[in-house]
Amino acid sequence: MSTAANKVDARTQTQPRGRAGGLQTQASALDIEKIRADFPILQKTVHGKLLVYLDNAATSQKPRAVIDAITRYYEGTNSNIHRGVHFLSEHATAEYEAARQTAQTFINAAQAHEIIFVRGTTEGINLVAQTYGRAQVHRGDEVLITAMEHHSNIVPWQILCDERGAELRVAPIDDRGELQLDDFSRLLGPRTKLAAFTHVSNALGTINPVKRMIELAHGKNIPVLIDGAQAVPHTKVDVQALDCDFYTFSGHKVYGPTGIGVLYGKSALLEAMPPYQGGGDMISSVTFEKTTYNKLPYKFEAGTPDIAGVIGLGAALNYVNGLGIENIAAHEHELLAYATEKISAIPGVSLIGTAKERAGVISFVVEGVHPHDVGTILDQEGIAIRTGHHCSQPVMERFGIPATARASFAVYNTFGEIDALVRGIGKVREVFA
Amino acid sequence: MSELRDLYQDVILEHSKAPRNFRELPAANHKAEGFNPLCGDRFTIYVTTEGDSIRDITFQGSGCAISKASASMMTQSLKGKNKAEAAKIFERFHKLVTGLEPSNGEAELGKLTVFSGVSEFPVRVKCATLAWHTLQAALEDKQEPVSTE
Repeated sequence: MSTAANKVDARTQTQPRGRAGGLQTQASALDIEKIRADFPILQKTVHGKLLVYLDNAATSQKPRAVIDAITRYYEGTNSNIHRGVHFLSEHATAEYEAARQTAQTFINAAQAHEIIFVRGTTEGINLVAQTYGRAQVHRGDEVLITAMEHHSNIVPWQILCDERGAELRVAPIDDRGELQLDDFSRLLGPRTKLAAFTHVSNALGTINPVKRMIELAHGKNIPVLIDGAQAVPHTKVDVQALDCDFYTFSGHKVYGPTGIGVLYGKSALLEAMPPYQGGGDMISSVTFEKTTYNKLPYKFEAGTPDIAGVIGLGAALNYVNGLGIENIAAHEHELLAYATEKISAIPGVSLIGTAKERAGVISFVVEGVHPHDVGTILDQEGIAIRTGHHCSQPVMERFGIPATARASFAVYNTFGEIDALVRGIGKVREVFA
Repeated sequence: MSELRDLYQDVILEHSKAPRNFRELPAANHKAEGFNPLCGDRFTIYVTTEGDSIRDITFQGSGCAISKASASMMTQSLKGKNKAEAAKIFERFHKLVTGLEPSNGEAELGKLTVFSGVSEFPVRVKCATLAWHTLQAALEDKQEPVSTE
């Protein structure tokens, strides 16, 4: 390959180059070039360079199929759902409910009405804290989380515990960023009313042994909520196989629109829970004396929902199904292995979070350079990464650092983009030499 | 690369690596804490005033190159100034980093004009001004920590 061609192709290089022996490249089942063409934004140039988007843990880009589904809805179907007898309303309702079934199948929920549409993972957790939590957690009770949670799986429980006079307990992590399972098990006590933990850490990439954690909690009759925001885009999730009680994720991290997500809850639990918000659609009948709430899932979907968002999410999950989540996971696993090898080999760079099982995320610090400066210099190269505390300040504190630089992957990322990142980090070290 | 060089000028890099007046000031009669929740920058500014005059000014904390260099150079340029002069310099500095004023206000800003490149990086304005906002709070004896959000 000539140098000039090398320059042009380097960023979209879909195969690893110059890789040291040992790591074998499996022939990917996916045509990454073809997939990249599905995402209009990937054609964009930033500061004169073709965009290298490595901030997927913050939000993923959207394929044409999702953008088109939303446009089609507003151009051809827009109307309110669950109430009109007219053609458009019936059509919109059918599309909305079809997306619920898509989500049901996607995480293998037993029933469609166990899928509650919410604004995102944050709202899913808040919903459970404010309904299940307020009904079940009383003075002296405990809620157990882990030391690797995103703020959205800390603060709703703090608010609840403050209100109820309950205690928030935190299971520690070790220096690699792995949960200390013995401590987790020990902290599941007679007063623990709920264990809430992340499936995959957004700041460290650690994959938690959620199946085992659920077994431990259930062994003591403690229900479990899983924050799946960083897991659903990268790994097959089967809520029945996990036997979790609640599972929540955001649409926008799995190629869907922002502002929409899913809360899964076991039917019996959802039935027993008080409603979250009051309003239209969540009622069966209303008089000034008494209101009868609607059945599931509508009991938890007050007001006109984000119909276009739900339809967009359905399109996103269908898109993922088309590629195969196992294929996506395999490709991303290779990217992560390649990035880990290349980045950890750069002098003066250390990885934060070196758990054995990781997904989608590589967090690092460059000696003597604040992550914010790393981010600015990479941005000038057209490379988008996240810098900061990643809404996980307790994780940063655990590692004694104010912030990290984080590159996070999606199915459309290439080995060439990781090479570009590595060159960018080289530039960072040059500027700060 | 040239915009990047405008931002990370040698003087800025040098100050970020070896910040001046980077210590606690036990005799300070004014002190304030400032932080940038977006990126975790956190500084404490210590000031000793005598009447209207800034006798001594130091800082401590951690942050990016821009915020640290800005704090360092601020302490150098404000030592010995009175409060009105300090406020005036901050006003000019703020205009400089937000691009509202060309970088030729050398007379008043002196070395601080090296921060003119910040105006090309709007998200970094908060980094450049964090120490200054914190100083303002210190001089006004504000109890709440300063936040750039």
